[in-house]
Amino acid sequence: MVDLNTYLIIGAILFSLGMFGVITRRNGVAVLMGVELILNAANVNFVAFARFGGMDLTGHVFSLFVIILAAAEAAVALAIILNIFNNLGTVNIDEANQLKQ
Amino acid sequence: MGNIQSISYFIPELIVTATVLVAVVADLFTSTRKVHKIGYLVIGGLAIAAFALWLSSPEDSSTLFLGTIVIDPFSRIFKFIFLLATIVAVMMSLNSDELNSVRTGEYYALMAAMVLGMSLMASSVDLIMIYLSIEVVSIVSFILAGYLRTQVRSNEAALKYVIYGAFSSGLMLYGLSLLYGLTGTTKVLELGSAVAALGPGSDLPLTAATILIMAGFGYKVAVVPFHFWTPDVYEGAPTPVTAYLSVAPKAAGFALLIRFFNSVFGEEQPLNGAVWEAIEGVPWQDILMVLAAVTMTVGNLIAIQQDNIKRLLAYSSIAHAGYILMAVPVLSQEGIYAIIFYIIVYLFMQLGAFFLAIVVSNRYETENIDDYSGIGWKSPYIGFFMAIFMFSLTGIPPTAGFIGKMYLFAALINGGSQFYWLAIVGVLNSVISLYYYMRVIKVMYFEGEREKDLYRPVGASAAIILATGIPSIIFGIRWSFLADWVNSSLKFFVSGF
Repeated sequence: MVDLNTYLIIGAILFSLGMFGVITRRNGVAVLMGVELILNAANVNFVAFARFGGMDLTGHVFSLFVIILAAAEAAVALAIILNIFNNLGTVNIDEANQLKQ
Repeated sequence: MGNIQSISYFIPELIVTATVLVAVVADLFTSTRKVHKIGYLVIGGLAIAAFALWLSSPEDSSTLFLGTIVIDPFSRIFKFIFLLATIVAVMMSLNSDELNSVRTGEYYALMAAMVLGMSLMASSVDLIMIYLSIEVVSIVSFILAGYLRTQVRSNEAALKYVIYGAFSSGLMLYGLSLLYGLTGTTKVLELGSAVAALGPGSDLPLTAATILIMAGFGYKVAVVPFHFWTPDVYEGAPTPVTAYLSVAPKAAGFALLIRFFNSVFGEEQPLNGAVWEAIEGVPWQDILMVLAAVTMTVGNLIAIQQDNIKRLLAYSSIAHAGYILMAVPVLSQEGIYAIIFYIIVYLFMQLGAFFLAIVVSNRYETENIDDYSGIGWKSPYIGFFMAIFMFSLTGIPPTAGFIGKMYLFAALINGGSQFYWLAIVGVLNSVISLYYYMRVIKVMYFEGEREKDLYRPVGASAAIILATGIPSIIFGIRWSFLADWVNSSLKFFVSGF
């Protein structure tokens, strides 16, 4: 039986995996993938609430906006990581440490 | 109000949008030698937008675009703040050697795009719009921070900014999704009553949602523990961008924070004179009070150890965010009044201090405070105004910073006995900040040789210094004009669609 709780649990698992990825990964691209997981966890929540919560379409609309913004953000983030790679020859965020901690 | 009728109330934002588009296109037809003209074009466009905003009725108050944003006196004063800060920042950029080494056409267009995002932040009343406007501002700031793309420092600043930014906006989004699930609406104005109607069984998810949303807002205004990006980004980014980021998006973050928390978690709708109360079960006032205390303490304690003027100002801007945050949980007209007043004086003193750092780095090629020795004698003009800004940032009379802090503390004391401890922490922190601000003055006047170089900034540089320095003094002596204006802006749009 697939109901709201199932989707919320999937969302929570995605969220936790995303958090885990952001915190443990040192590769810039992998960190971004973690962020995408977090965003998609929220998307699952939005759509599930809108579908099963007896609410209007706002949740669906919200998730569409999130997808668009995630794409824009990923484009900018990848451009920045590409710059780092051009200048440092690595995408490891630990090696970008010229600024004092 | 429907989409078509809304347009006539949206003219300042439309002018800003047109400015962005014209600047992007004009950049294509401008040779690199003349690219600074795009900067003047953007200043002109923003000035026209400010004029259009001035012409709009200050008492207008309604929702626009099917209830996604509002116009009200509260958002109006913030739009003026954003336009002013951006115009000053563009002028600063035009006078920065650092930025003039690269082609800056898009840079100015992006600055104008920031204004649009921040205006929407200050006026959005729909969760979708809140997320959208925060992201517009964030994505543009990432690009601005990394604008010097051949410099590793600038790249690194942008990388740290984008990772922390994307992460915290993801957390906020998850919090928003929980809030939507609990209440079934994304309209901030309806959320208040929907949250109040929830039973005690919803306390846990509601608290989780509050904390997650706080992560997104906290990142924008750089409060502890979401502040880790601040020093590195501020040091690595081009100095005019640093100055801008430490003022304008922070002000926008506070506008959003105040509107959101007061509308959603305040029991009474924030009408004039009404008593606001926090919703039971969600300890958001306590969360904010602790965050404010920790933020200013951490900011000040780390600022003491800094030798780089940009890092010093970066950490001190964390402390200032803490001072401003003190007045948010008070939930009174007086608190919001103090916040807006402080943001305005902070704008002048922070932008001024950063601009002097740019002037010094253009002339003496240093950002190190120890190298400021003797500048007070070498160039009395820089020394004098730097001293003014440092006094004002500390909050010593008769400067504007003193009046701003006075209002903040008064709001806390009048707010009730539960805020007294926060006021005491705030005063202690001002004393700590005295130490590192005075160090700059000490180095400028009491160290090094008193040789006479008599360097005096001229032209646009002098104009910016005067434009930020004079208000920093004037508002410390006669602030009734500013006080009246802020007082008339303390109205939110509350209800009725």
